[in-house]
Amino acid sequence: MKGRRWPAALLAAVCALGALYLAQRLLVPKYQTGVVEGSMVAEYYRETVDHDLVFIGDCEVYENFSPITLWETYGISSYIRGSAQQLTWQSYYLLEDTLRHETPRAVVYNVQALQFSQPQSEAYNRMTIDGMRWGPAKVRCILASMTEGEHFIEYLFPLLRYHDRWGELTGDDVEHLFSKDPVTHAGYYMRVDVKAQTGFPEPRMLADYTLGEKPMDYLGRMADLCREKGVELILIKAPIEYPHWYDEWDRQAAAFAAERGLTYLNLIPLREEIGLDMSTDTYDAGLHLNTGGAEKLAAWFGGWLLERTDLPDRRGEAAYDAAWREKTDYYNAMKERQYAELAQYGELVSFGANAVER
Amino acid sequence: MLFTSYAFVGFLALTLLAYYLVPGRCQWPLLLAASYVFYWAASPWYLLFILVTTASAYGVSLKLAALSGEQRAYLAAHGDLTREEKRAFRAGIKKRKWAWLLGCLALNIGILAVTKYTNFVIRSLNALTGGGLRPVDMIVPMGISFYTFQTVGYVIDVYRDRQPAQRNFFKLALFVSFFPQLVQGPISRYGQLSETLFTPHRFQEKTFSFGLMRVLWGYFKKVVLADRLLPAVTALTGDAAYTGAYVLAAMLFYAFELYCDFTGGIDITIGIGEAMGIRMPENFDLPYFSKNIREYWNRWHITMGTWFTDYIFYPISVCRPMLRLSKWSREHLGQAVGKRVTVYLSSFAVWLATGIWHGAAWNFVAWGLTNWAVIMISQELEPLYERFHRRFALRGKAPYEAFQVVRTVLLMSAIRMFDCYRDVPLTIAMLGSMFTRFDPRIFTDGSLLDLGLDGADLLVLGLGLAVALAVSLFKRKKGSVRQALYEKPAAVFYGTMAALLVCTVVFGAYGAGYDAAQFIYNRF
Amino acid sequence: MDELLKILESLHPDVDFTTREALVDDRVLKSFDIVAIVSEIYEAFGVAVPPEEIVPENFNSAKALYALIERLEDE
Repeated sequence: MKGRRWPAALLAAVCALGALYLAQRLLVPKYQTGVVEGSMVAEYYRETVDHDLVFIGDCEVYENFSPITLWETYGISSYIRGSAQQLTWQSYYLLEDTLRHETPRAVVYNVQALQFSQPQSEAYNRMTIDGMRWGPAKVRCILASMTEGEHFIEYLFPLLRYHDRWGELTGDDVEHLFSKDPVTHAGYYMRVDVKAQTGFPEPRMLADYTLGEKPMDYLGRMADLCREKGVELILIKAPIEYPHWYDEWDRQAAAFAAERGLTYLNLIPLREEIGLDMSTDTYDAGLHLNTGGAEKLAAWFGGWLLERTDLPDRRGEAAYDAAWREKTDYYNAMKERQYAELAQYGELVSFGANAVER
Repeated sequence: MLFTSYAFVGFLALTLLAYYLVPGRCQWPLLLAASYVFYWAASPWYLLFILVTTASAYGVSLKLAALSGEQRAYLAAHGDLTREEKRAFRAGIKKRKWAWLLGCLALNIGILAVTKYTNFVIRSLNALTGGGLRPVDMIVPMGISFYTFQTVGYVIDVYRDRQPAQRNFFKLALFVSFFPQLVQGPISRYGQLSETLFTPHRFQEKTFSFGLMRVLWGYFKKVVLADRLLPAVTALTGDAAYTGAYVLAAMLFYAFELYCDFTGGIDITIGIGEAMGIRMPENFDLPYFSKNIREYWNRWHITMGTWFTDYIFYPISVCRPMLRLSKWSREHLGQAVGKRVTVYLSSFAVWLATGIWHGAAWNFVAWGLTNWAVIMISQELEPLYERFHRRFALRGKAPYEAFQVVRTVLLMSAIRMFDCYRDVPLTIAMLGSMFTRFDPRIFTDGSLLDLGLDGADLLVLGLGLAVALAVSLFKRKKGSVRQALYEKPAAVFYGTMAALLVCTVVFGAYGAGYDAAQFIYNRF
Repeated sequence: MDELLKILESLHPDVDFTTREALVDDRVLKSFDIVAIVSEIYEAFGVAVPPEEIVPENFNSAKALYALIERLEDE
């Protein structure tokens, strides 16, 4: 009797693990519609060609630069490794992760997140970290990011975090059980709609303008890592006025760059030169650029970059041509869809917040 | 480490694995180490408290055993003593034993009283005198009520010569601190637990899988049912605006929440023991099938009830002053009073103690004494019931039994509201509102969905409670569910276990995703 | 013995105490009954049953109970 029971026990254990695995696939959010930011970090691993330029940062990179324009105008193969409210240490570990896969010539880091010294929200942590491939970088990223009440094991087995979603499953969860559609264009989040910038509230006085020790430390580690790998690190501040980028912060970022012999470029004063018109080039009243704005910024930034950095023109190389043609087609198709929705409804209905509320 | 924390699940898995990997004679020392790690993880300070209790019980029980030995040896060596001389000698020994016991009780009950009740006394004094004594910041060691009672029970058993003293300090330390039962009982007796606690256990598929099944079932009840019900209970009892029919809803929700929480926790505890071949006493015997409140208290938190009976009720009710009082009352106040005085006074003391034991607050005192009053009233009504039953042959008929069961559940749930509202006048007012403002429409018009539970939650709760009810009914009619499953093909037994695991992980109310509780707190 | 039986029968007239062997284990005698019995014994025999003697073995049958009384009288 005893001898014949263990196969059943083993079978039951296998079935339980299988069921839990399926439940996990089903219940983990798919980030395919509406809030697509959770898909961004994982999408990088689908890339078939290397990149000479990699952007790292939060929404100030993934909504403001169009890699398609960089390709079409200069033949620069680039990628944006950004996610929603990506904190400096998360950017560092994503850089570490990226450099394990490829070695670009230049990395552009947007300094906006230096103002955050603490993990901000569990939900944003998850959207940034869940998509990372397992490795030492992910483990350390989790340990550096967890807010109170978060558990490492919930990253290891996301089912423990998302098990309660069974009440809110949608068609996306079934359709994308095993495969996901791309939601970005080399990491860029497309929005073609327009909502003019009308003004922002006066910036608050801060008690202390010193950028935090933790983000500055990780910025330093980014610089070290890039030097070690022979990658040029360029610091920028995207041309977005809100949340307010204080002069005191700007001076600290510039001082850091000077100390490390890096370039730091604040794009806010350069908007006129770039040709940005915040009454037409933003989709959410000036918080982020829309596609028109992102294309303008990419065109200007690519030119600026090539004046000082040697980035190859990959056009004419078969593998790059094929990969970027596919991206460009997808980019144009989505643009057309978005314009069509705008024409029909006066707003986007299957992208952004509307897609969630619908 | 709460039972429902990841840390505890990991700790438990490691302990079980190590338990069967080490040689049999190392198993109990391993459990002692694990128990101390468990307690240390809660707070290193707690170890100090439990060590004082262990050391005092160890020393005093050895002294008591030595005195008993002295008595035996003396009486055996002096067979020629007269009865009076023997009596005198015994009385002398008893006096010395009593002094030691009293010292040990004073120390341990004293620690319990000071840590748990200082602030209660301060607050009560303030309320009484209008004084402004400040409550003190007191360490209350986790599970102190449980391990103190368990240890005191052991010392009294040694005092009564019903239990030889344990000469191995570390074995006694394990009895006091055994981690599965440290937090919420059951309150084991030394004689029973020691039978299996220290003996080596080889891995056996049946005992291990039975234990594991019970642990899983406990987690299911705790995490899927109790914790999912909790937001609704919190909402209903946290706002005095929920009157009338809502009070009935609160009574029922709390009845199920408490049942699933407490029996679930005990199932985890006893299941862990079973998986290691260690037998602990049962603490519940289908309490919600009780036909009256006395029966209920024989089936709910059984080890606490028997502890109070053996160590408080009997000693008070058969002590000489009480016997004399009883005799005196019979002679001067008549048979009717004389017969009752002992039982009334002793059980009053027991229920007062039970109330205070449950929590340091007046609402628990009120709760305990209400239980006492109801038991006494039903005791007095017994002859009336007899006449009623002789007249209408209803006894044993299914509908009448169902009525008795429902009546008992409702009565107990109503009394329990003292512990829910935590305010005696408020509880009385709320219970009263059931009779003045009862609007049954709330059960059908969706009002219950405003309590932090959505339709999906209610569905899971409904199905889960139905499963729990089916298990209870099976147990009542046919006995062990696990045994019945075990007799089926192995795939059925292990398949059930796998299903239980998956359901608990997916449908449990735990983790960051589950913020319904917070939602409730935010709303008010 | 007869006196003891009379005490027991006054509590539960429907039970035959001369034959039952598991009065406590079968829950015929509950804690309230036991307390009543102890105080009746004190009255009738002048013997106080100490709490340590209140164990099922001593109360399971009339015979065991009588033996207990005799032992306590002797001590």
